[in-house]
Amino acid sequence: MMKPSGQSPARKLTASISLAFFAMVICSPATSGEPEAKRQGELIHQLIQDCGSCHGLTLKGGLGPALLPQDLINKDDERLTDIILYGVPGTPMPPWEFEISKEEASWLVKRMKEGNINER
Amino acid sequence: MNVKKCIHAFIFVFALMVHTTAFAAEPEIRGSGDLGLIIERASGTAQIIETTNRTKLFTVEGLGDLSHASVVFSRDQRYGFVFGRDGGLSKVDMLQGKIVNRVVQGGNAIGGAISQDGKLVAVSNYEPGGVRVFDAKTLEMVADIPASYGDGLLSKTVGLVDAPGNRFVFSLYDAGETWIADFSKSNTPEITKFKNTGDLPYDGLITPDARYYIAGLFGEDGLAMLDLWHPEKGIKRILGGYGKGEEQLPVYKMPHLEGWAQAGGNLFLPAIGRHEVLAVSATTWQEVGRIPVHGQPVFAMARPDGRQIWVNFAHPLNDVVQVIDVDTMKVIKTYKPGRAVLHMEFTPRGEQVWISVRDRNVVEIYDTRTMEKISELPANTPSGIFLTARAAKTGL
Repeated sequence: MMKPSGQSPARKLTASISLAFFAMVICSPATSGEPEAKRQGELIHQLIQDCGSCHGLTLKGGLGPALLPQDLINKDDERLTDIILYGVPGTPMPPWEFEISKEEASWLVKRMKEGNINER
Repeated sequence: MNVKKCIHAFIFVFALMVHTTAFAAEPEIRGSGDLGLIIERASGTAQIIETTNRTKLFTVEGLGDLSHASVVFSRDQRYGFVFGRDGGLSKVDMLQGKIVNRVVQGGNAIGGAISQDGKLVAVSNYEPGGVRVFDAKTLEMVADIPASYGDGLLSKTVGLVDAPGNRFVFSLYDAGETWIADFSKSNTPEITKFKNTGDLPYDGLITPDARYYIAGLFGEDGLAMLDLWHPEKGIKRILGGYGKGEEQLPVYKMPHLEGWAQAGGNLFLPAIGRHEVLAVSATTWQEVGRIPVHGQPVFAMARPDGRQIWVNFAHPLNDVVQVIDVDTMKVIKTYKPGRAVLHMEFTPRGEQVWISVRDRNVVEIYDTRTMEKISELPANTPSGIFLTARAAKTGL
């Protein structure tokens, strides 16, 4: 036997809908296509640690070129996104599309152009 | 009576204090042969550790950008010279745990070497491309060797090692050349250039017998080899057929050739862009075997007795370490220490191996006989581990 609840089914439904809506609002990123906060943290970690193997932990260059805002300012966002995703044939720059999506790559380009990249 | 007791007690406590103070003020006299530096990548610090009781002795701060760092030691093992990514060259006193001198000698550096006589420290630079050489005592620059090629261009330099006869050998990444800088006669080096090293040499090593310099090539198959007993014979291509017609996988981290291991008459090399360790005869320079491994190897390090090769791997398979038995040329053990295993270093006689696990913020220590983990030390994003025994090895 089910215990009767104090709420009517209609009220319950409304509550569920508003809860779901609230969840959607807080979970969806501010700009469409931006990775969520946890993923942003992972991407920044990867940018510093793995990309940093060749481009320097501070992104000022190594075997690979520097990736600071002044180095990227005149470069096309889409071209840079493609370089992350597909690499540069004939150079050591490898493709990252196996673990970084297009939206994530273009967010990384935006972040690199802004500069001041630090892990919390 | 009570007063007398009191005075006695006071004298006793006072004497104890004096004794303790005197004891604490007296510096511990110790050797330097069991010491080492662990680079803490993100914080620009290094730990000084000892491998007898496996403890940390000091943390050294202010070493700059250590995203790519290496260390060489003075011949007496008292000082470590730390080469940082930002061009910083820091001289660290291993016994006192502090920086005694530091210069920022370039904009972007990749590593360094110390001369056979211990008097010169050379740094390999990406920016400005070339090698700069410093007095090991004062860190004053004694020679500047710009890696010029073509029409006034400067090449990034890689694979810098010391060689017998107070020479330094290095390769030019952009120019595809190998140079010998000979400091045996004066601090104005005699430079010999070999212009046909190959396409994009990315690192180099000198064999443990200090006779052969070998550069790995990113841009083509095979490796470039220079016999330092007979430099007049020039660069020879070895393993030229290796990888022919096979597609190279994308490389997520360049292999480090410094760790190339010589064991049982063979050299064991991380294959670039392949999930293999190569075994090459050190007498005929022919390939004698390929050992399939977990991922693209970064370091293949031989235990000092040459019986085992320990291998770590490139991203994204960098959470694993494998051990190859040289006798059977097979993987006999696979460990999973955690994400980003960056480096491994054996104690001088090989009974322990220290392994840095960056993302877990620990250095793990294994017994290489029982193959069991015996300890771990906390460290902040640890990368390179450099023990002072390197002081006595050419090329390290």
